[in-house]
Amino acid sequence: MEHHEHHIHLTPSEPTHHEDHIVTPGVYLVIGTCLLILTAATAAISYVDLGVFNAVVALAIACLKGSLVVLFFMHIKYSSRLTKLTVGAGFFTFLVLITMTMTDYISRAWGRW
Amino acid sequence: MDSHTVAAQTAITPHDEHAHPPFLRHHFENVAQQREAATFGMWLFLLTEIMFFGGMFCAYLIYRNWYYPAFVAGSHTLHIWAGTLNTALLIVSSFTMAMAVYSAETRKRKPLLRWMVITMILGTGFLCVKAYEWHDEWVEHHVPGLNFSPEQFMTGTKAYPDDKLPLDMAEKTQVYFSLYFAMTGMHALHMIIGVSLLMFLFVKAYGGAYTEGHVAPIENFGLYWHFVDIVWIFLYPLLYLISRHQ
Repeated sequence: MEHHEHHIHLTPSEPTHHEDHIVTPGVYLVIGTCLLILTAATAAISYVDLGVFNAVVALAIACLKGSLVVLFFMHIKYSSRLTKLTVGAGFFTFLVLITMTMTDYISRAWGRW
Repeated sequence: MDSHTVAAQTAITPHDEHAHPPFLRHHFENVAQQREAATFGMWLFLLTEIMFFGGMFCAYLIYRNWYYPAFVAGSHTLHIWAGTLNTALLIVSSFTMAMAVYSAETRKRKPLLRWMVITMILGTGFLCVKAYEWHDEWVEHHVPGLNFSPEQFMTGTKAYPDDKLPLDMAEKTQVYFSLYFAMTGMHALHMIIGVSLLMFLFVKAYGGAYTEGHVAPIENFGLYWHFVDIVWIFLYPLLYLISRHQ
């Protein structure tokens, strides 16, 4: 029905074009299991002394988990270029928020941070 | 009649469905465009939410750098089993929510309802564990401005006897707990809103509103639910796992 309808109107070069892809339960199960394993890993690693890298590893694992949720549970991997660009723009703006705020605070007591 | 009301009364509209599905609003050319526009709008909202939580994460980042020993001592008083259990509950609830979207997409009403109910139960379970933790903080005198006492942070605890801070740094644990309550509180508010919305959507889904091709509301609620899960995925290591090896 409307599956064929949208292929008539949109060519693959259109930014809103996307495959009518229904993600299977199998994919969800694999990603969900990965997320649970990564949770156990991040808890376990926090008991190991890595010095300053404890925070780096914890945040890296959190970013990986977040990426899996965004790409597969939120379907971004299967989305149109418009949606992908929107998500990318959001993360860029978030990075600007953190970076610009930090440049302010870091430069206040220069050398004593 | 809005698209929700129309969608819930799938039997009465005498249109030829190939020409015009009942839930297609007239300012959209076709269902695919309507769906794409709704998803785009939902993502824009989620981006504002990222900036909203981002502000608190930024404050956390700065204060953790300034008062690191206080943050370590504060974090040690949290129950790691509660944080880990909550993380697991939310991850499973994201899985069940994704399965609900799958059921809506494949037009299976009973599975959709079941997955929605399980998601509601898991979300409520999360809130119960959180309520227990907050009660615990109250009992332990960790609530800034209400009954906070820095004494415990100057003498050390059974589990972490080396958590002995001078008075001024012990007082700074209030900054950690303020951020803890603000961030988990705002997150819990989003969870409460999410569970409430899910109950509302369940009633509509029961009437068959989302298993006749009108999947956008379930899909976009799913986006909201996954987003709230991602916020917790970051809150968990930052609040609970600051340095468990010390």
